Amino acid sequence: MEIELIVNGRPVAARLEPQQLLLDFLRDDLGLTGTKRSCDVQVCGACTVLLDGLPVSSCCTLAVEAHGRDVLTIEGLAERDEFAAIERAFARHAAVQCGYCTPGLVLTIHALLAEGALATEDGIRRNLAGNLCRCTGYKAIVEAVRELAGTGNP
Amino acid sequence: MSTKVETATRAGTAVGLPLERVDAGEKLRGQARFTGDLDVGRMLHGKVMRSPLPHARIVSLDASRAERLAGVVCVLTGRDLLDLPSPLYGHALKDRPIVAIDRVRFAGEPVAVVAAEDEATAEAALALIDVEYEELPAAVTIEEALAPDAPLLHEGPQRAGLFHGLGELGEREGNVCYRYHIDRGEIEAAFAHADVVVEGEYTFPAVYQYALETHTVIAEHRPDEITVWASCQHPFLVRAELADLFGLPLHRVRLIVPYLGGGFGSKSYTKMEPITVAVARKAGRPVRIRNRVDEAMLTTRRHGLRCRMRTSATAEGRLLGREVELWLDTGAYADNGPRVTATGGDAAPGPYRWAAYRVDAACVYTNTSPSGSYRAFGATHVQWIGESQVDEVARRCGLDPLELRRQNLCVTGEELRAGGKPLDADLIGDVEKVAEAIGWGRPRQRWRGRGLSVGLLAAGAHPVSNATVRLESDGIAVVLVGTTEKGQGARTVMAQIAAEELGLPLERVRVQGADTRYTPYDRSTGASRSTTLAGLAVQRAARDVRDQLARIAGSDPDPDEYVALMRRHFGFAGGELIGVGEVRPRGTGSYAEGPVFWEVCVGAAEVEIDPETGVVTVLRTATVADVGRAINPKLVERQDEGATLQGIGNALFEEMLWIDGQLANGDLLEYRIPTLRDMPAEMTCIVVENGDGPGPYGAKGCGEGALAAIPAAIVNALADAGVPMTELPLTPERVWRRIRELEKEATGG
Ligand code: FES
Ligand code: FES
Repeated sequence: MEIELIVNGRPVAARLEPQQLLLDFLRDDLGLTGTKRSCDVQVCGACTVLLDGLPVSSCCTLAVEAHGRDVLTIEGLAERDEFAAIERAFARHAAVQCGYCTPGLVLTIHALLAEGALATEDGIRRNLAGNLCRCTGYKAIVEAVRELAGTGNP
Repeated sequence: MSTKVETATRAGTAVGLPLERVDAGEKLRGQARFTGDLDVGRMLHGKVMRSPLPHARIVSLDASRAERLAGVVCVLTGRDLLDLPSPLYGHALKDRPIVAIDRVRFAGEPVAVVAAEDEATAEAALALIDVEYEELPAAVTIEEALAPDAPLLHEGPQRAGLFHGLGELGEREGNVCYRYHIDRGEIEAAFAHADVVVEGEYTFPAVYQYALETHTVIAEHRPDEITVWASCQHPFLVRAELADLFGLPLHRVRLIVPYLGGGFGSKSYTKMEPITVAVARKAGRPVRIRNRVDEAMLTTRRHGLRCRMRTSATAEGRLLGREVELWLDTGAYADNGPRVTATGGDAAPGPYRWAAYRVDAACVYTNTSPSGSYRAFGATHVQWIGESQVDEVARRCGLDPLELRRQNLCVTGEELRAGGKPLDADLIGDVEKVAEAIGWGRPRQRWRGRGLSVGLLAAGAHPVSNATVRLESDGIAVVLVGTTEKGQGARTVMAQIAAEELGLPLERVRVQGADTRYTPYDRSTGASRSTTLAGLAVQRAARDVRDQLARIAGSDPDPDEYVALMRRHFGFAGGELIGVGEVRPRGTGSYAEGPVFWEVCVGAAEVEIDPETGVVTVLRTATVADVGRAINPKLVERQDEGATLQGIGNALFEEMLWIDGQLANGDLLEYRIPTLRDMPAEMTCIVVENGDGPGPYGAKGCGEGALAAIPAAIVNALADAGVPMTELPLTPERVWRRIRELEKEATGG
């Protein structure tokens, strides 16, 4: 099959098998290895990318579903101006340890901040519970998010 | 300005400051490379065929149909190992074949590996391998494995591995592959004259470490050289085991370790490396094997445990004696079982001033997936048991548990284990701090409880680490150290130490990951040893460079002058100064003389129980990171927070379950780990710096203790709320049943 889509702001055309996962397409065909694979079953959130601005698990999304749509991966987000604030907050709070959950988490946070879904403590707990992190104990992540949402001490 | 003053101002450029991680930017931008992100060219993909049965003889294995599938390059089976000096490996006991030979001992054991041009083809080919099994009786639980007529998993003489580190290993007895025994004082007397005796039987479950990055290995085998890129914590030990297995000198085996996506012990010692090398050897091309989560779960896990314990005391609450029997389920192969057993045995008495104690610990083979290391092993297994008995003594004596601990805990310098390292921490100070942090003295509410726990973990493993610091002609220092960056912040801490010694800002120090061809030896990354031991080697190496600079300059040199000094020294804009640092044991470094330091496991928790549902909520926790000196206090806190959440998972819901020898919850849909919702509303980490560690600037390791301390504190908090528990995890069902039982007992029903 042939698909056309926008990846990180640039048009991409590709031939692929209909059963190919978006995760494999991004990592293997486009070399965008910032998107991580862990659980394969839409539990961990490590493979999260933004599809038309909304977080999806690329391990459970077919590449063909992205046809005609806009995909943002961590490599694309890192080029944007808004990324600087996220980077600062995460670095300052040491909210990155092994970094394996980080790209998916950062993309999720980026999307949810824009929606205002992380403005309250409850919003953070509920909306980020789909991104597993085994290293941090989450506290540092929450502190970084509070800072970004303007609800915590910087 | 005199040089002395300069030195003084320079002190504190890096050490002790909460500096940002040197790898944060790379990781946030998705640029950090993990093993699975690498493509080494001409690379094949390996998929593992695994045994469907817990115990069986392989009657026949025919891979010819699979080999004929387009895209398949080869299929590795046990027959391909016959030319090796010995196909068995294991750093503690050489008991494990690279791939099954004639027999399988757990459901999930690798039976064959397909190497193909892509993963999908390799996966498809697995279905074309024909295997006929003859099922054998299986011993899936500790009880079954210890039964007099139990099927034996291993026969023939036991062979020690290269790195068990435990002195005489002893012979196998039935399915028991290792015993650890401590006998101290007159144990009978300590119980005969006691006013209070607490006793019980306890169970701790098998647990999955879940590093988000699963085991991933790329191997290339040329006739007399092996190159491996691996997500491994202990590259030098893996190198030695591969050299041993494939009959090569050490320098012909090269391990390259990129960033690791978490480890927690799951990537310690040798895991998927031998099988990947073996299939690459057959394929004649590089092969990558990446475990899925369900495969990672079958590759290594935490030991399940059964324990019988009793503790005696006087009516005034003076602890007298403790007697402990432990059985650890190591699965079908020993992996790190012997050391986990010894460490559990050491942790079992707890750091109290006993008149006598006795520990009998056994490491037991079962027909389940092998168990190895998981953060704070041994201590996590037993601390909750011992500490719940200490609290029960306090209750029976009418004493406050904090007060009882004050009266009975060992103090700095007291001997803990005959011939071993004496206590090197202020435990009473530590437990007082966590008690205060959770509001110990405040009035209690119904269905809420508070618990404290104190323990020690033998840390440091074998103390051998080397490091090199190269000061390049542009004034940038490159630190070569074999420590693996798995998330703990090792590269940042090593950079801080070198920066401090050289008076350089952090940006002018680079830390490389391990490449055993170039990086000096470091025993391993685990047992909380890196800051203490590899850090000390880095400090010595950096000092060596500074001493060389001082000799060149004729005085204590200004860091701004380094480039000019080197130019003068070498006569042009090239050359480099190389500093070396070595750390080795003072005595023999044996397990009996150790540990390098005692890692403090002190914590407190407040919980709330919903009596209608049995759901336990952890409201607040406090832990102590008793680190001697915090090289980076922010990273220390972050370590404790991560360990706290893992402790909550281990205590409340994590448990691997087998039904008929099959792992029943073998993926993340069925096996739950803590999410953000499980984070306590209040999580405090207290960093204690008494300068009493053997590492650089008085530092000692951290990051594991909280994982042992938190389940124990939670169990004690439940008992404080009126619900004593003897089986983990504390699932709602278990807690609910216990509450009903207690109600019945109370009404005499
Ligand atoms: S890998 Fe996609 S959600 Fe875990
Ligand atoms: S930082 Fe390691 S899993 Fe989140």
